[in-house]
Amino acid sequence: MSATHLSLRRRLRERGLDGVTLLVLPGVVFVLALFIYPFVYGLVLSFQPKEGGWLANYQKFFSDPFLYDTIWLTLQIAVPATLLNTVLSVPVALRVRLMKRQKLLTTILVIPITLGTVLVAEGLLTYLGPRGWLNRVLLEFGIADSPVRLIHNYWGVMLSMVISGFPFTFLLTLSYVTGIDPALEQAGAMLGARSRQRFFRILLPLLAPGLAITLALAFVQAFTVFPSAVLLGAPAGPTRVISIVAYQAAFEQYDYPLASAIAMLMAGVQVLIIVALLGARTLVFRGPVSTGKG
Amino acid sequence: MPIASRDFRELRLEGVGRDFGQHHALRDVNLTVRRGEFVALLGPSGCGKSTALNCISGLLQPTDGTIWLDGKRLDEVGPEDRGFGMVFQNYALFPHMTVRRNVGFGLVTQRRPKAEIERRVDEALALVRLETQSDKLPGQLSGGQQQRVAIARAIVVEPPLVLMDEPLSNLDAKLRLEMRAEIRRIHTMLGCSTIYVTHDQEEALSLADRIMVMIDGLPRQIGTPEELYARPASADVAEFMGYRNLVPSSAVMAGTRVGVTVSGARILGTPMATVAARAMVAIRPDDLRPTADGPITALVEIAEYHGRDFYAVARGTEGEELYFRSDRRIATGETVRLTAAPDRVLVYPA
Amino acid sequence: MHRSMGERLWSFTVWAVVVFFVINLLAMIGSVVVDSFGTRWFNTWLPTAFTPQWYILAWNEFQLPDILLVTAEVVGAVVLISGLIGVPTAYAMARRNFPGKQFVMLLFLLPLLVPPITYGIPMATVLYQAHLAGKIWGVILANLVPTVPFVILIMIPFVEQIDPRVESAARVFGAGLGRLFIQVLVPLLTPGILAALLLVLVRTIAMFELTFLTSGPTSQTLVVALYYAVFAAGVRPQQSIDAMAVVYMITTLIWLLIALQFVNPTQIVTRAKQ
Repeated sequence: MSATHLSLRRRLRERGLDGVTLLVLPGVVFVLALFIYPFVYGLVLSFQPKEGGWLANYQKFFSDPFLYDTIWLTLQIAVPATLLNTVLSVPVALRVRLMKRQKLLTTILVIPITLGTVLVAEGLLTYLGPRGWLNRVLLEFGIADSPVRLIHNYWGVMLSMVISGFPFTFLLTLSYVTGIDPALEQAGAMLGARSRQRFFRILLPLLAPGLAITLALAFVQAFTVFPSAVLLGAPAGPTRVISIVAYQAAFEQYDYPLASAIAMLMAGVQVLIIVALLGARTLVFRGPVSTGKG
Repeated sequence: MPIASRDFRELRLEGVGRDFGQHHALRDVNLTVRRGEFVALLGPSGCGKSTALNCISGLLQPTDGTIWLDGKRLDEVGPEDRGFGMVFQNYALFPHMTVRRNVGFGLVTQRRPKAEIERRVDEALALVRLETQSDKLPGQLSGGQQQRVAIARAIVVEPPLVLMDEPLSNLDAKLRLEMRAEIRRIHTMLGCSTIYVTHDQEEALSLADRIMVMIDGLPRQIGTPEELYARPASADVAEFMGYRNLVPSSAVMAGTRVGVTVSGARILGTPMATVAARAMVAIRPDDLRPTADGPITALVEIAEYHGRDFYAVARGTEGEELYFRSDRRIATGETVRLTAAPDRVLVYPA
Repeated sequence: MHRSMGERLWSFTVWAVVVFFVINLLAMIGSVVVDSFGTRWFNTWLPTAFTPQWYILAWNEFQLPDILLVTAEVVGAVVLISGLIGVPTAYAMARRNFPGKQFVMLLFLLPLLVPPITYGIPMATVLYQAHLAGKIWGVILANLVPTVPFVILIMIPFVEQIDPRVESAARVFGAGLGRLFIQVLVPLLTPGILAALLLVLVRTIAMFELTFLTSGPTSQTLVVALYYAVFAAGVRPQQSIDAMAVVYMITTLIWLLIALQFVNPTQIVTRAKQ
């Protein structure tokens, strides 16, 4: 073995590259092949429409109300659902962290996430139907005169988003909330701050970065809603979300370039909102949520 | 408005206790803290001292007993309204606020005018010698500096009573000594009554006017540092206060003294309570000295050089472990003869 | 701490909301279960009588045995392969600092943050071009995209917890990389691997979008078959669809319960973001 050969291996090892490092290759290749490549391929494909110039797909999207309306319709569902789920998660997480036996509650709340949106959709179709238990209760207690229409419309989809989405935001917020040192609130109390003051002056500023992340992740999930919108909503009308038209373009019209363009637009909207949220986050606070060696 | 005024006279705890389910964390605490006093709550981990402090601060409600502030009942009042200052073990500085805003927090909740807040915050920061750090965030400060911000935050509201929960335990040894001096200096300057929780007897002895020693949730002795150092009330307290030599022995009264046996030798000691036939003898290592003709014979097993003197562990004839100090050199394997003055040999009922 | 009237009221309201949510959730699940066992159910609280006939119908009509088999194959393959790729990769990521590591970390984070439909449509397009879609391997590959990074991200902290000196000791006594892995690392990592793989299992059973976009008639998993059944409701009796839904629920929940013995519920959600 020559001297230069030895030192090359050693030099590589110093920089962290040796046989073990090669173990990352399968994972990297896999993600590159099945995630990055399709994305790039889709991006390129979106500029190669079946007919027309290279922007034809995008022009088509924005000139056809049937298509561009979907962005608005999707936002109409995603934004309220995200806000509701996230805002609701804060007081609930703050109360639950004081509980001694949280595990039972968190287990029950994990069930809708585990079951998935398809099952929740089917469940709501039965439960919210005109002869389902919810309507029966409403009629029985005189809250409504006739069965309330909660399925195959906007409200059904909203309800399914709350059932699937709230546990997610709750668990995330809970993990952020438990990361805040309880001594901080105690110190606030000793300095005269009541619950409301402690919440707005101490807890909320410290939660804000985590809440921004929660909002971003919840929004991304809500924006790409698909099975609930089809099964529980009115996919031809008020709940024609953007993922539906993307799917239809690909698998019903076999117009892959258009489908790719729509998928890129979906990704684009999500990226915009995430960047906005995370940008707002760094404005609020930059640092750890506990001090000292406590 | 906080319930406590600046001219409070005394804080009184009567029979205060706190249970957590079946566990009695705190029982039967009777303590009066007078204006300007520095009282230390001293004891090993789990003795209930922090629980007692939390009951005084209002962060915990006692399950037994009452707390009075100048004749007004305190236990129904929430911590926000008690007006006490508190320094936490891990400082609990608000990480998202600058030093200035941290220190001013208590004044802001009291809705003091802005100019007054500025002035008082400046004064407090000057007192703890941190004027130049007022715009830093806690994360940018060292442990000792964070500690001083915590103190400034507690005293800026001019509380009648300051509560400190082991404030120095997270600092390294050198810093601890410096901060101890700081706390004493601030206490002398401001004269505010202080209740200080610690497990370090050296800290308690050097800072406090009076000390309450607690073991296993019960107060064992309340007294001045001198009383606790020289005349602990029971064998448990003696052990905690550094009487490392604890030897069971038979006891025979001899006038005002009592005769006991240590390592086979008969010596005289001072009874701390009525002593029957069996007793527990307690001697500080500093009070057990090697001499040419001391009555107690022992074989040295470990000898440590401590610079100024030696610290040694020896085995007595009955198998007892005896700890002693010596100015002259001690070697392992040496047989020494030890002696202790009768009023430094404390004898307790067994 | 002491509580004022206002604080008690607020606390009560928050609890009321939680209880309301849980009641509705359990009622929703309950109504599916009850419906699947009922004979006729029109204007009453409960069906007139109970029968297991819908399950038998669903079993045959929806070809449940075949679908369950396909689901088992897909889930099994995904669990196995993501473990085989993910664990060594996590080991390398935890033990080595190489140039470009941040970029690789981002690469593994992206498939977990981007929702499945967004990357699913381009990915399905590629798989169709490669003639893999519509077959079981297409479904397996599609489902591997989020699970491989998931295993990697979960396992990295577990690997970091192992004292590197244990590995040095093994090396000193002559173990090569293979033996090191099999005899030292995997046994120490078993709790982590178990947790990761159980979570992958639960997530893959419920993974709808990716399978939906890449499956053909013979490669549907249970959740996709359920979707089609609900989608084409009206062709089959509602009760048999609910029976299928119950079968799906039982499958998922059994594995959830098993997984929860090893992980706590929060990890199902929060491991996706560090």
